Amino acid sequence: MSLFWDIVKAFLVGGAICAVVQIFIDKTALTPARILVCLVTLGVILGAVGVYKPFIDFAGCGASTPLTGFGATLAEGVRKAVDERGLIGALTGGLTGSAGGITAAIFFGYFFALIFRSKPRD
Amino acid sequence: MKIDKETYKKYAKSRAPSSPLLKDMLFAFLVGGAICAFAEGIYNFYLYIKIEEDTVRTLVPVTIVFLASLTTGLGVFDNLAKFAGAGTLVPITGFSNAVISPALDDKSEGLVMGVGAKMFTIAGPVIVYGVISSVIYGVLYWLCGVIL
Repeated sequence: MSLFWDIVKAFLVGGAICAVVQIFIDKTALTPARILVCLVTLGVILGAVGVYKPFIDFAGCGASTPLTGFGATLAEGVRKAVDERGLIGALTGGLTGSAGGITAAIFFGYFFALIFRSKPRD
Repeated sequence: MKIDKETYKKYAKSRAPSSPLLKDMLFAFLVGGAICAFAEGIYNFYLYIKIEEDTVRTLVPVTIVFLASLTTGLGVFDNLAKFAGAGTLVPITGFSNAVISPALDDKSEGLVMGVGAKMFTIAGPVIVYGVISSVIYGVLYWLCGVIL
């Protein structure tokens, strides 16, 4: 039963974040690239001030799947690395924390870009 | 037929599509929510087959990125994105789609400057701003530790 509620929470929270961002897409001239940049930066800030971790504890993938969660992963990676290695951690922690997602996007993106052809858009 | 400005305004307003914002928000909510719910499902599935939680935390976004890249390649993703808006853009699917889409479109420019470079048209800025803000945070966090 707890699995069911976890999934419902992820659905509601993740969906709500997307619905809010949709307002910005419709009501401002922000391009998708700018929106993604804003989300990731916002995620780093929220992760840095410590509110994103409890948010993920509550909503699970509803909080970690949106790109803000990606930003929070960067912040968390940096904090961990600074704790362990000092100032150099500020340079190494972020990409270490988010390495899996970025590398997967590059690898699968390259791989599928090779085997598929671009579809004509109507 | 002659119509004055006011009448025309009213007419134009009546013919304009009724504010699509609520409809867009609903689609974004449903699709975005479904992607997050799916992620939560596979998160629990990975835990269930006894993968360590630390690994699962990386494996879930990797799985989503894999599926988003595959469906973009198949041409399915863009059809969904057209009406889902923020629903597919905001989850990590949007980042993944932003990597592969320009690579597919500009494949004809070659493997290096076409696929290799164009992958980062949108993903590049995202990584740049994410990394820069995380470095600033890291330095501030370190300073706090030194001073306090």
